[in-house]
Amino acid sequence: MPTDSGLSWNPLADIQQMWQLDSMVNAYRAGTIVAVLAAAVGWFMVLRRQTFAGHTVALAGFPGAAAAVYLGVSASWGYFGFCVGAGAVIAALARNGKGGMAGESALTGIVQSFTLACGMLFVALYKGFLNGINSLLFGSFLGVTPGDIAVLAAVAVAVLAVMAAIGRPLLFSSVDPAVADARGVPSRALGVLFLVLLGATTAEVSQITGSLLVFALLVMPAATAQRLTARPAVSLVLSVLFALSVTWFGLGAAYFSPYPIGFWITTFAFGCYLLANVYGFVARFVVRWRGTGRRHVVEVLGVS
Amino acid sequence: MFNHPFMVYALLGGTGIAAACGAVGFFLVLRAQVFTGDALSHVAFTGALAALAFGVDLRAGLFAATIAVALVLGALGRRGRADDVVIGNVFAWILGLGVFFLTMYTTNRSGAGSGSGSGSATINVLFGSILGLSSGQAQTALWIGVGVVVAMLVIARPLLFATLDEAVAAARGVPVRVLAFGFLAFVGAATAEATQAVGALLLLGLVAAPAGTALVLTDRPFRGLGLAIVVAVGEMWTGLALAYFVPRMPPSFSITAVATIVYAGALLWRSVGYRPVARSRTTSAADPSLAARNPVPAHR
Repeated sequence: MPTDSGLSWNPLADIQQMWQLDSMVNAYRAGTIVAVLAAAVGWFMVLRRQTFAGHTVALAGFPGAAAAVYLGVSASWGYFGFCVGAGAVIAALARNGKGGMAGESALTGIVQSFTLACGMLFVALYKGFLNGINSLLFGSFLGVTPGDIAVLAAVAVAVLAVMAAIGRPLLFSSVDPAVADARGVPSRALGVLFLVLLGATTAEVSQITGSLLVFALLVMPAATAQRLTARPAVSLVLSVLFALSVTWFGLGAAYFSPYPIGFWITTFAFGCYLLANVYGFVARFVVRWRGTGRRHVVEVLGVS
Repeated sequence: MFNHPFMVYALLGGTGIAAACGAVGFFLVLRAQVFTGDALSHVAFTGALAALAFGVDLRAGLFAATIAVALVLGALGRRGRADDVVIGNVFAWILGLGVFFLTMYTTNRSGAGSGSGSGSATINVLFGSILGLSSGQAQTALWIGVGVVVAMLVIARPLLFATLDEAVAAARGVPVRVLAFGFLAFVGAATAEATQAVGALLLLGLVAAPAGTALVLTDRPFRGLGLAIVVAVGEMWTGLALAYFVPRMPPSFSITAVATIVYAGALLWRSVGYRPVARSRTTSAADPSLAARNPVPAHR
């Protein structure tokens, strides 16, 4: 690998070398918080088929950050304000509270392009911002301060606490909205609340992976886990594990190579997703073979 | 305003692009495939940067990437319609690749000593440069736009049938799968062309907003299709004029802003009390996307 920092054959020494830098330790802390949060919230998002809404909410972080830089306040404010705001707008305008549904897709798309256009305007107004745009859109793990980590952790704990509180009814209304409605579950309110939580989550993730690559942590681990198992608790845990390992390996790879973190995280996550798909395909094939062909093969080969 | 050649070229090319986006977008919204369009617009970013990184013509990268991915997305889903989780996974990774090409491009360039153009290259691809179109580019854009619109008009009837009731259309001998793939290829072409004008990130406004407006205003499919095209072209002209008279405003922003305002106005107008008279007796009752927008809770 053509780098100055160098990758030796001893992985422990490499990790030691990497963690001697405060910025890398901070990046790992922030990445861990973000990965856990993103995997948990993303799991529900994938289950609810709100990928498009999630993407739109995530992209709102870009104008948020651009506006914050233009106005001279901390980028975190911009991220949280715009992401949560976009989630609330989609939830308020969509009639059934689910931004990803067929009839609402035009609305979601328009919200997305308008927020991006606003970002473009802020960038144009703030001339010196040109070089920061790449890290806003595609992420950067350098320059994470201990203060940032504290904010990330506080928001993550709050969002996860609310998720834990509404988890069961949310799962019910995600899997079968009609029956959940009939049983008195407030699906609409849950949907709105979930989009707001999704906004807060994407605001966190954007700060690490950039607005455009939030999906790497939000969708891919959850989709991978849901491919592998249908049991909710198991796949939720799996999703968190995938997100964590993808983030850790991504940070390491980004440190030892000249390519940005966004590329590594998306590539690792997509690799996991592909492998899960292959596994699912093979597993289905094996099941079918066991069901129909096995007895025949056993008879022919004479094995038990 | 018309004395400046760049303005004339922008209007010419913009007209073609807007018309193509309006026509394609109408069916995208009707088929609830806006997310596919969104994904393709992001793919356009990767295609353009790959072309830049390898030193190929930008346009070749754009068209190859968008049309290829459109067909892949069609192949991944059932009956040529991909699942949104699949789309999300695929395009997130493709965007990651785009970042990879971006880094490759910038490191190569700084190696050659030509300065830091990374920011502006990204901005041009992501946010477009419609005022920078040359006369040749504008003409190409116009002709591609006309081509896409004509093609969409040709397949409009069977595509509409296949969109509203796929099973019945297939039973009546409409080639549903071929139509879905062909349609996605046209979406790819329109996306690639529009990326050069309004950029990868903002073209969704041109695709979704006019079509959404048209579907709010009318339930008749062909009137809606025409309306979407007219609205798109009108928004493009208004946006360009605004950008001309307010110099600090980037044209991509003004076009998208006009589109958003027109959509919001249409929504407001409908909610004030106007209802399309034809709602009860058109085919739209069969379309879930229109039924879902129906304020009367008649479903389920």
